[in-house]
Amino acid sequence: MRRYNYRAHALIEVLHSVQESFGYLDEHALKFVAASLHIPPSRVYGVSTFYNFFSLKPQGAHTCVVCLGTACYVKGGDKVLAAIETAARIKRGETTPDKQLSLLTARCIGACAIAPAVVYDGVVAGHQTAAQAVERVKGVLSHGA
Amino acid sequence: MVHEDLIAIAGKERSARKPVRVRCCMAAGCLSSRSADIKTALEKAVKDGGMTERVEVCRVGCMGLCGQGPLVGVEPEGLLYEHVTPENASSIVTALNGGAAEPRRGDLKHPFFARQLPVVLARSGRMDPERIEEYIASGGYSALHRVLFEMQPGEVVEAIARSGLRGRGGAGYPTGLKWATVAKSSGQHRYVVCNGDEGDPGAFMDRSVLESDPHAVLEGMAIAGRAVGADQGFIYVRAEYPLAISRLQVAIRQAKQHGLLGSAIFESSFNFNLDVRIGAGAFVCGEETALMASIEGRRGQPRPRPPFPAEQGLWGYPTLINNVETFANIAPIINRGPGWYASLGTEKSKGTKVFSLTGKIRNTGLIEVPMGITIREIVEELGGGAPDGAMVKAVQTGGPSGGCVPAAHFDTPVDYESLVKLGSIMGSGGMVVMDEHTNMVELARFYMQFCMEESCGKCIPCRVGTVEMYKLLARLVEHEATPSDLEQLEELCDLVKNTSLCGLGQTAPNPVLSTLRYFRNEYLALLQGGTSSR
Repeated sequence: MRRYNYRAHALIEVLHSVQESFGYLDEHALKFVAASLHIPPSRVYGVSTFYNFFSLKPQGAHTCVVCLGTACYVKGGDKVLAAIETAARIKRGETTPDKQLSLLTARCIGACAIAPAVVYDGVVAGHQTAAQAVERVKGVLSHGA
Repeated sequence: MVHEDLIAIAGKERSARKPVRVRCCMAAGCLSSRSADIKTALEKAVKDGGMTERVEVCRVGCMGLCGQGPLVGVEPEGLLYEHVTPENASSIVTALNGGAAEPRRGDLKHPFFARQLPVVLARSGRMDPERIEEYIASGGYSALHRVLFEMQPGEVVEAIARSGLRGRGGAGYPTGLKWATVAKSSGQHRYVVCNGDEGDPGAFMDRSVLESDPHAVLEGMAIAGRAVGADQGFIYVRAEYPLAISRLQVAIRQAKQHGLLGSAIFESSFNFNLDVRIGAGAFVCGEETALMASIEGRRGQPRPRPPFPAEQGLWGYPTLINNVETFANIAPIINRGPGWYASLGTEKSKGTKVFSLTGKIRNTGLIEVPMGITIREIVEELGGGAPDGAMVKAVQTGGPSGGCVPAAHFDTPVDYESLVKLGSIMGSGGMVVMDEHTNMVELARFYMQFCMEESCGKCIPCRVGTVEMYKLLARLVEHEATPSDLEQLEELCDLVKNTSLCGLGQTAPNPVLSTLRYFRNEYLALLQGGTSSR
């Protein structure tokens, strides 16, 4: 926050930093940010729930983001997602009970030329098939590492 | 930094070049296919072969044919290798001494390359985006110098107006006119904002430009700052583009170190600071008033216009907002003259346009073509048609705000007006190709779901209308809809289009309207309980 001179308009930048450090935004962090930037907690909460990128819940040890952009959709990204949902027994936006895997979706990650794309732990994988994706996800779930 | 320093850097950079340059694509697409390992393998092969005197391996931005990536190019031989792997990369280096390399050779004479006219992408894939020296060596920042020392701000605005450049974000507002409005407005401060919130799914032009040639955008923004009298700029980039953000930050730092951004640019009295603002995953932030709210650290909700940002923008001050591609066009226009730019393209749409060609098409990737080229040329000649010999059915342009152009209208030239006439829009440049296996009603539902989830919820027509339209489309897809449902859908489209606050709601019905216009039979087939083509 010091980097941004505690200016209120740096709220989104600050929330990015918090999420990067702690993985998600908890109530304590939101209150702390509000107090430090001298803005009402309601506004901090409003901003952090408005943007899809911020998460108020802890994430699993691994993340799997399925791109649902148009190019990925036309090439079957929806089927890849459905296959992962079945394999991991969670819906999109959820985390497995053992906190190993969070399944997320993205609007478009701009990797349209290699559609359908899935991002495993921040690494983009292109030309994914349902079978490939399920294998990756099952690997994470069974090893638990 | 004075002009002589610029020339010295360029000269030093050029004389340090080695005769053979092996270019390794390190934009996001190819990086995801291990192009970083490929670069390491290439460097090792050069070292092992004792060719370090003669051969250099360099990191470059997007080379365009992303679908065949990872790509490696060799200059001056003019070779392009496709689907390179870290394992077979070394054979490219050994082939320099004769023999053939293992990876497949690409055909640079193919229309995909031959029919392009790169202006914005001229440097993309040819230089290291993280080295300002290479940008300067290719003539970079000379346009900014010219604007500061040889032109009055009014002349710059005049030059942009004469070039005929129109906003590349989609709406096509004349750029010169926008600059003139901001320059004329009164206020203590003015701001320049670059809209890099490329939200349309299926579009990645701006990402590629930012990743491959970030200095071109910075130079364009600094020129704009001089022309309209602003000393602070913001670049708003989506959080989904981490590589573009880091390359921009590197570029800004380098430009500041060289005295090309910040205080006293080129030791003149002109100051211009730039900050990167990172989005947080909200499509509506591509709308200019919502984007400004987001830069100010608030929820990205749009407000009614007027007042337009050119009069009352960031913190109430006049603000110039242009898209990434628009700014990337500025330096070439100053360097080569507005007359040259105006000679490209059609009567009302000048210059070139970058498109990302994706979907059911053989050659997916990034292309830059002159305005006025027909959709057929893009899809069939550059794109090579649909894979597996399927029939191309339609092309979707403009993302969730746009519409479909059916194959019957493929001879339409690509310009702002012609696409609007067909019920679509130019948009920011995403082109998603659909073949005969794509169900158009499901596609319309896909887009409506997108708009429904991305609606910011401020105005009722958009918040409620998109949900209702989605429900109706879902009933259609499930074969449960009645003819009166279809009627209601059309009424809702009209209502949401005409009463929503911002562009998101006003254009949300477009994918439905255009598919209804050209593929009504698919809707009707679902009504009668029949099966449509999928």
